[in-house]
Parts: sequence; C-alpha cells; structure tokens
Amino acid sequence: MDSAALLLSLRLALLTVAILVPIGIVAGRWLATRDFTGRPLVEAIFALPLVLPPTVLGYYLLVTMGGASPIGRWYEAATGRPLVFTFEGLLVASVIFNLPFAIQPLQRAFEAIPEDLRHAAACCGLTSWQSLWRIELPLAWTGLLTAAVLTFAHTLGEFGVVLMVGGSIPGETKTVAIAIYDRVQGFDMAGAGLMSALLLVLSVAAIAVTYWTSSRHRRKHAAAD
Amino acid sequence: MPPPTEGLSVELRQERPIPLAVRLDCRGGEVLALVGPSGSGKSTILRTIAGIYTPLHGRIDADGETWLDTATGLRRSAHQRSVGFVFQHYALFPHLSALDNVIQAMGHVPPAERRERALRLIERTNLAGLEARRPARLSGGQQQRVAVARALARDPKVLLLDEPFSAVDQVTREKLYEELAALRRDLRIPIILVTHALAEASMLADRMCILHRGSTLQADTPLAVTMRPASPLVARLVGLKNIFEAEVVGHDSDRKVTLIRWFGATLEAGRAPQFAAGARVAWSIAASHIILHRRDRPSRGERENPVAGEIVRCIPMGEMTALALRVVRGERADIFFSVPTHVAERNGLALGETASVSLLTEGIHLMPVPAAL
Repeated sequence: MDSAALLLSLRLALLTVAILVPIGIVAGRWLATRDFTGRPLVEAIFALPLVLPPTVLGYYLLVTMGGASPIGRWYEAATGRPLVFTFEGLLVASVIFNLPFAIQPLQRAFEAIPEDLRHAAACCGLTSWQSLWRIELPLAWTGLLTAAVLTFAHTLGEFGVVLMVGGSIPGETKTVAIAIYDRVQGFDMAGAGLMSALLLVLSVAAIAVTYWTSSRHRRKHAAAD
Repeated sequence: MPPPTEGLSVELRQERPIPLAVRLDCRGGEVLALVGPSGSGKSTILRTIAGIYTPLHGRIDADGETWLDTATGLRRSAHQRSVGFVFQHYALFPHLSALDNVIQAMGHVPPAERRERALRLIERTNLAGLEARRPARLSGGQQQRVAVARALARDPKVLLLDEPFSAVDQVTREKLYEELAALRRDLRIPIILVTHALAEASMLADRMCILHRGSTLQADTPLAVTMRPASPLVARLVGLKNIFEAEVVGHDSDRKVTLIRWFGATLEAGRAPQFAAGARVAWSIAASHIILHRRDRPSRGERENPVAGEIVRCIPMGEMTALALRVVRGERADIFFSVPTHVAERNGLALGETASVSLLTEGIHLMPVPAAL
C-alpha cells in the first residue's frame, strides 16, 4: 500500500471539491437562470472534458501550463516554481477536467427550481445572494452533494490527465491511480489489488451515499405530497 | 419629469416581444382588477410592477417613489421595490414552514420582532396552529393564505394578486373571497388583482381595467364597464353576447332617449347626444335588461322596446335556461338571455316556439362602430 500516494490523492480530491463546488454553484446557477446567445457554446466548453480523451486534455493542459507558455512563465516568475509536474499544476488540471462533474448536477438542480420561487424571493426583499443561500441552495442540495461526490470520486480515479500534467513524482504528483499502474508494471499484483479494492470501496460508498440521500429526499417529498 | 403620484401609477409601452400599451392608476385602499383573456398581458403588467419584468419603455410610481423610469434609465430591482406578490400557484418556499415563509419577507423588521409579527399575520390570515407545517402539508386554500400573509409581511406599498383563486376549488374560493374582502378593509395600499373571471373582478374590485393584447381598453367601475362598455370589443370581453349595429333616428330630449332603427324596429335607448341622426352605431344590452313577456299575464312593461322572434336556442342549465331569440330570420340578430328554468317551462319555451321580450331602455348602450366590427 502506497500511503503517500493515497494521501496525495485524497488531498487533491478534497481541494478540487473545495475549489470546484463554489465554481459549480455560480456557473450552474448562471447557466440555469440566464438565457443568452452563446449559451450552447459555453455549455459545450464546460462539457468538453466528458468527451475528450484524458491524454488529449492532458496534452493541451501541459502545453498551456508548461514553461514555454505565457501562463507557465508567469506562474514561475511569480512563485519560483513551475506549474507542470507540481501538485499545484495537478490541482489546476484536476479542477479543469472535473468542471462538468461539478457544474452539470448543480445546473440541473437549479433548473429544477421553479422560476417563480426566485421571483417570490426577490419580491420578499431577498437579494440574489440571500435568495441563493436561503432558498435555492437548500432546494438544490442533492445536486450539490452529487457534484461534490462525483468530483471527489473522479479525481481519485483520474489517470491520463494526471500522468500528462503531473508525471509520477512521489509525494508531489504520484496519485493512487498512478501508484496502482506502477505496482502492476512492477508485478506487485497484491499491492495493486489492495489499492484498487480501496478505491473501489471508496467509489461505491460515495456513489451509494449520493443515491441514498437523493432517493430519501424524493421519498420525503413524495410522502409530503 | 412629472412628480411621482400617490398610490400607484403605471405607464408601459413596447411592441416586442410582448406588446404593451398600458396606462393605469390605483389609489391607496383601492382594488383594481386587471381583466382580460389569456395572452392579454395581465400577468406581464403585474410582473413589471414587481420588477420581475422590464419593458422597453415605461414609468412606474408607487407611493411617491419612482420604481421605473426608462427615460432616465432608473430601474429599481424587485427586491428594492416594496411589493407584496401573491403568485398564481403561490410560489411558497417548499423547504420552509408556513411561519418561516412569512419571516423571509421581514428583512426590514428588527430580527427580535420578526417571529411575533409573523405569528400575528398567521393568525390574521386564519392559519393559527398551522405555522409549523410545510407547504406540501397544507391544503390549496391554506397555501393561498400563507402566500397572502407572506405578501403582507413585507409591509408592501402595493399588493399584487396574480389569479390567486384559480388553484382552489369552488367552495374554498368563495371562502377566500370573503377573507380577502375582509382583509382589504384594513389595507390602505393599492391592490391589483389579476383575473380572467369577470364575476370575481365584479365582486372584489372597486374598478376594473379591461385588457386586450397588452392594451388597456377601459378602466371603470365593474358596473360601468359591463353596462356601458367603451367599444364593442370591450363589450365582447366582458361577456356581453348581445352586440349589434343600428342607425340613429334622432333624439327625444323630453323623454331623454335616443331612437335607433334596428332591423326595421325602432328602439329607445338611453340618451346619447354624441351620435348624430343618421349615424351608424353599435349597441349592446346586458341579459339582465331583457325581460320575457309572460304569455299568461301581460304587463305594462311590455310596451318598452318589445321585440318578438323565434326561439333558436333553449338549453336548460340547472336552475337557469339559456335562450336565443331570432328576431329576423336569416340575419345575425339573435338576442341571448336567460330565465329561470321553471319560468321557461311554465311559458312553454322550446325550440321553434315564438316569444317576445322587452329590451329595457336604460340597458341599451350605444357605442361608436369600430372600423371592423
């Protein structure tokens, strides 16, 4: 068991969730409530990581964030560290490839809130932020939970993008998914099996919690109706 | 820039996407009903007043404040306007109790006082004992009361009611009518009621404003609008079926009547000197001003605009029977009216039978002929 890789994966997943959930709330609500000309294009860009092969996405992120790129040069000048093959670079990549997993459930959840509820909140004197905190988020919380769980689970399991952007530097960018691959390459099937089983259990538990809370929420509302 | 008016004053104008040509005023304590068919722009006007919708051109003044003035680019957002809004399907916050729904609208009240004031409103809207329930566990009528309590909790300058009775059954509706009528006695703010039910508007409103395709056609008391519609279109929109064309014969100033010729008969109408002799006019009469001549007992009133014809429609509808009398064969000259079913039976009214009626002079209302009637 490579506990350093496991801890790094958990840290990466938690930080990705912490960064992406607020982004998902803002972007999901924006897409759910605003109608504008370029909306399909914006939605397509946010959904791109779903269809793009991870290595392709990883390649573009590597090029965009590498030392030869303006972003890479700026980051290195500002912090003294390169962005690619570091934990920070991995975090940026992780946030980008998880965008659809965070935004889409939240967008659907906000879309499910009747428009009149938002209008009623405004007529009650609530500002847009107050309406979000007091009315919309409590109603969209299953979407929020789904977004967090999907982002967390997907980060733990991501391989292609991580390898392209982070490489496999122990303690810095070597995640549990990379560690499993390394173990298999080194014919340590027992070690790979243990870590795979752990990821499997974590993923099943995460998804089960999501489904359980969603169905409980549905049952509660059905009973109330 | 004209000074803001007391009460509510609304002026809206746009051609697209929803056509609007609206001018209306509502004084404090007055109930103004916006009446019109689906798509007439009633709800859009209400939403514009609330700040949920912004028209291209318009101005809204409420209680001395300007909420919208497109000429100067002034636009207060919905949460900055002090409006109480009762939505058609109430739009209660489903995750909050009735009490918490009401408290949400009390941002302007010191936190320590909110609960007590909300409880008072809950009691005032006959919801005592239900304050802890969520909307899904309340009946339609109770939900409507929570919506009213929440609207009032804002201490609004204007109360807006968007078809508030459409989602409840008839029995509940009549109870809610009474409650609203009682509630409004204590309110000193303009109340705008959107409805497509004319009877509802007549019962609850001091004035009604007839809307058609986003335009205000006539604003007056319910009685004036139904008895003296400004145009044949208004007459149709308020449900009058008896709308015809005639020619003005002349005026009799001694008897204070205007004589009109209609399919060969000369009828006396209420005096309308604005129409010159020889002019074409439209005229209408409410069914309530059509009196059936009883066969067994002729009366003095039968001399007042008597009209005879063949019954071409006779449909018993519970206690009343709907009738149509064709005055001239082959012409669009059917007079629609209703009589109690027992009267229809006693007078032997049936399809193909002849009957005669009196059109009461004060009920005949003359209107200008529109370009395309």
